[in-house]
Amino acid sequence: MPGFDYAPAPESRSIVDIKPSYGLFVSGEFVDPVDGTAFKTISPATEEVLAEVATAGPSDVDRAVQAARSAYASVWGTMSGRDRAKYLYRIARIVQERARELAVLESLDNGKPIRESRDVDVPLVAAHFFYYAGWADKLAHAGFGPAPQPIGVAGQVIPWNFPLLMLAWKIAPALACGNTVVLKPAETTPLTALVFAEICQQADLPPGVVNIVTGAGETGAALVNHPAIDKVAFTGSTEVGRLIAKAVAGTRKRVTLELGGKAANIVFEDAPIDQAVEGIVNGIFFNQGHVCCAGSRLLVQESVADQVLESLKRRMTQLRVGDPLDKNTDIGAINSAEQLDRIRRLSEIGSSEGAERWSAPCELPDRGFWFAPTIFTGVTQAHRIAREEIFGPVLSVLTFRTPAEAVEKANNTPYGLSAGVWTEKGSRILAMADRLRAGVVWANTFNKFDPSSPFGGYKESGYGREGGRHGLEAYLAY
Amino acid sequence: MPPLLPATQRLPAVAAQDHDKITQVAARVDFTAMTASVIADLSEVARSATALRAFLHGLPGVDQVGAEQRAAMLATRSIKTTAKAYAIDLAIRMVDLTTLEGADTAGKVRALCAKAQRPDPADPSCPAVAAVCVYPAMVPTAVSALHGSGVHVASVATAFPSGQATLDVKIADTRAAVAAGADEIDMVINRGAFLSGHYLQVYEEIRAVRAACGAAHLKVILETGELATYDNVRRASWLAMLAGADFIKTSTGKVQPAATMPVTLVMLEAVRDFRDTTGRQVGVKPAGGIRTTKDAVRYLVLVNETAGEDWLDPHWFRFGASTLLNDLLMQRTKLTTGYYAGPDYFTVD
Amino acid sequence: MPTDRVDVRKTYKLFIGGAFPRSESGRTYQVTSAAGGFLANAALASRKDVRDAVVAARAAVPKWAGATAYNRGQVLYRVAELLEGRREQFAAEVTAFGEDPSTVHDAIDRWVWYAGWADKFAQVHGGANPVAGPYFNLSSPEPTGVVGIVAPAEPALLGLVSVVAPAIVTGNTVVILASEPRPLPAVSLAEVLATSDLPGGVVNILTGRPAETAPWLASHQDVNALDLTGVADPELATSLEQAAAGNLKRVVRPAAGPAWTADPGTARMAAFVETKTVWHPKGG
Repeated sequence: MPGFDYAPAPESRSIVDIKPSYGLFVSGEFVDPVDGTAFKTISPATEEVLAEVATAGPSDVDRAVQAARSAYASVWGTMSGRDRAKYLYRIARIVQERARELAVLESLDNGKPIRESRDVDVPLVAAHFFYYAGWADKLAHAGFGPAPQPIGVAGQVIPWNFPLLMLAWKIAPALACGNTVVLKPAETTPLTALVFAEICQQADLPPGVVNIVTGAGETGAALVNHPAIDKVAFTGSTEVGRLIAKAVAGTRKRVTLELGGKAANIVFEDAPIDQAVEGIVNGIFFNQGHVCCAGSRLLVQESVADQVLESLKRRMTQLRVGDPLDKNTDIGAINSAEQLDRIRRLSEIGSSEGAERWSAPCELPDRGFWFAPTIFTGVTQAHRIAREEIFGPVLSVLTFRTPAEAVEKANNTPYGLSAGVWTEKGSRILAMADRLRAGVVWANTFNKFDPSSPFGGYKESGYGREGGRHGLEAYLAY
Repeated sequence: MPPLLPATQRLPAVAAQDHDKITQVAARVDFTAMTASVIADLSEVARSATALRAFLHGLPGVDQVGAEQRAAMLATRSIKTTAKAYAIDLAIRMVDLTTLEGADTAGKVRALCAKAQRPDPADPSCPAVAAVCVYPAMVPTAVSALHGSGVHVASVATAFPSGQATLDVKIADTRAAVAAGADEIDMVINRGAFLSGHYLQVYEEIRAVRAACGAAHLKVILETGELATYDNVRRASWLAMLAGADFIKTSTGKVQPAATMPVTLVMLEAVRDFRDTTGRQVGVKPAGGIRTTKDAVRYLVLVNETAGEDWLDPHWFRFGASTLLNDLLMQRTKLTTGYYAGPDYFTVD
Repeated sequence: MPTDRVDVRKTYKLFIGGAFPRSESGRTYQVTSAAGGFLANAALASRKDVRDAVVAARAAVPKWAGATAYNRGQVLYRVAELLEGRREQFAAEVTAFGEDPSTVHDAIDRWVWYAGWADKFAQVHGGANPVAGPYFNLSSPEPTGVVGIVAPAEPALLGLVSVVAPAIVTGNTVVILASEPRPLPAVSLAEVLATSDLPGGVVNILTGRPAETAPWLASHQDVNALDLTGVADPELATSLEQAAAGNLKRVVRPAAGPAWTADPGTARMAAFVETKTVWHPKGG
């Protein structure tokens, strides 16, 4: 009997028109950087160069901040909420219209499977703009006093794991509240942000309301430290978040930080096992594990540990790793050589510390950056792979005996972004949800996001919330 | 679920040394060492109503939203070219071509049997379907029409579709169909008894019908549209398998909703877990509501990624359908000829 | 009152974990009135007192954060009743520092106002989120944990109440660095709290020099948030913010000196809560 192999089903690249080079988006126009340098952005799946992108130096950042300042003072800060809303609705609609293009481009530049960029990232981007568009003329009813005011110019720095979605999380609420922005996308994934700049042009958004400066860490630092910004919004590592918090100390800039995590995904013996296994897989392998809220620590009750692990391994053998543009791909490419190196290094530490490593059998492509879905069993709280954020498709499996032990282990981390609980017992879910120190608790589900639902961490996972009514607070003075 | 052996004993895990090239791991499970003892354990679960109830309610729950999302995700798999051609032929070979109408006549059944053997008269390479499924009274007609063709005769029985008859009548119904030459019996479970928690009664009825089947294969219809919850579907699946079902089947086709992807997902998980536990493989048959090639291919993906390729065979997976066949034939023609076919070119039987 | 009576001079102590220890350093300092007269000796808290206070505050978190909102409201309202009973003592203390005694009434009224928020804040600040899917989705505020507070130098009681009450009403525990020049109302508040139903360790009060103790509080890894309302020196504030970045403390530093008698709104309560969002599928 011939096998039931799925033939490759690649999404067509032809819908995307990548320019050979991109400038900075300042005051509604693409401009060349003042110091003229550029960097290459590549497809992590093939290492093919996709485009050259400008590096913004301090004077470029300054120019962008001045543009934002001027747009804030002359147009956006004084525009009625009703009119701001209309611009945001326009943007939301254009994102929907260009959804396929954006999804393909995101998968090319980031390495994530097209199924995710198509079904998760881009729809959520549009939804986010729709959601915050509606708030723009209702801010007086948002619970921040009768006349909340915008803050001014927001400097926003976003990561490479959900490039366009993180842009939406930053820009939509900022603009809805009347702020203008200078946003720096990650250096490995600048392309969808630059297409978003085109979308701003397409929507006739007043020049300077959104400015995009590309570059690496120095560009981000120049933005965050620029004296004329009023607000810093950062998503990224706890390490960099700490540096930012230190850098803005004493400046009176408002700050929100969405940082790392080491979430516990807790499976009780009475869990709906098949869905729990799906949730474990989704929790750690969604987006190659490049997710700050990834369920990277599986805490499974000892009485079902063998059964859950066996199901998990069986399920992992079904995961299809490969071409991000193939509609059947479950796990795409690791975003960069640097990140792959980090994942490998921490995995080696896991092995050398005595945890047992198992990887799903899969053929990995010869070119590009790849890492097979991997679990470590026999992990304890003392292992580095149970404490440090790996940010890759690597799951550490720990066991527990009682609910109290599960809570204790789950909370035993400086992070506090998310947690998962799997049990069919309702009262236990509510008790666990109360006791877990995490900003998002997914019970009998995992990695769900919605524009109306606040997201953000406890402790060293950062502060501030994005999404929902709570997400307005970061961009309002009241 | 009953306790399984420790994973380490059954699933050889390989510590991958090389990141880029992970060696193939034998993920298949070795049943032989455990089968005998576990079956002995499972035979105990029906020793009393209390024990059976405890067992069925001890099965892991099913989260509705999670199950439906998994099924929906699998429905997005894209199957093209050679895989699609293979899938279409496989689906044709899995069809239980069905007519279950009050208006069924010998002529209608003979026409159906002809179609079952040569679904596409214009293309001899087109495979025959798995079986023709009829009411017991039509079994003799089907048997003679299909004689020697290899296409099985399946008969519904046990006061299909409601099952609301005494056990004696159900047994007699079954015996008559088997005596008339049916290869396969599609029985309905007693949903009333199931929903009122009388699991042992349901179990014993299946056992009795199983005995009446003799050599015929027994498909047990759960009528999942009336069981309403996925937890019930999982329990009824295990109940039927424990009682000796060769197949578990979703629906009669007379109740809406009939087969759905998530219901079939839950049943596929059940047969997978049942084989892991007992070593005995049980087939799955979604029936009712599967009308298009796209639907059928989605079900095959579901099988492939849930129970695994061992079930991708007419011996272990069937479609209870009638209109599905013509759509499969049209798509098959499209693949061979390159242009879209029209309904006028396929027989209406 | 005979004026020739020799008064009993007081040496006040710290308030840590519901007890009144001396500073482990053994140090004290003199508190003087607006006119320069001797009022009392106050404990001069040290780094180790900060450490002990944080331990006490952390230990008190589970019980206080785990209390029902109704119970926290009852406990805080009872504190207001005790404050009312000591109104004249507080008035005398603030008057000695040259403050308007009416601020005592404002302070007590503010305490009552915050006490009433205990079982309402979650309703106003949290809520159901209408997500696009079959999920129950609820956001609710939870206490941040241990909050370090540098209390404003003045108004001695109103300023103190205005920073303490909003932090504890939502279930946080606090370590307060009291006003250096005007610590007496803080000491008296400690005496009130000690005789109230407030569990020991929920409020810990250290008198002394915030410039010396605040850096230890700001850099302490087991403190979750920092209120710098009472830090007037911008350089000190900056260095404290920098230290607070070590474990990403939530930091409150109002832009200008707040108008203490104005409606405070909910911002101070909101500053020391975490929003937790819980998802659960809705299925049959």
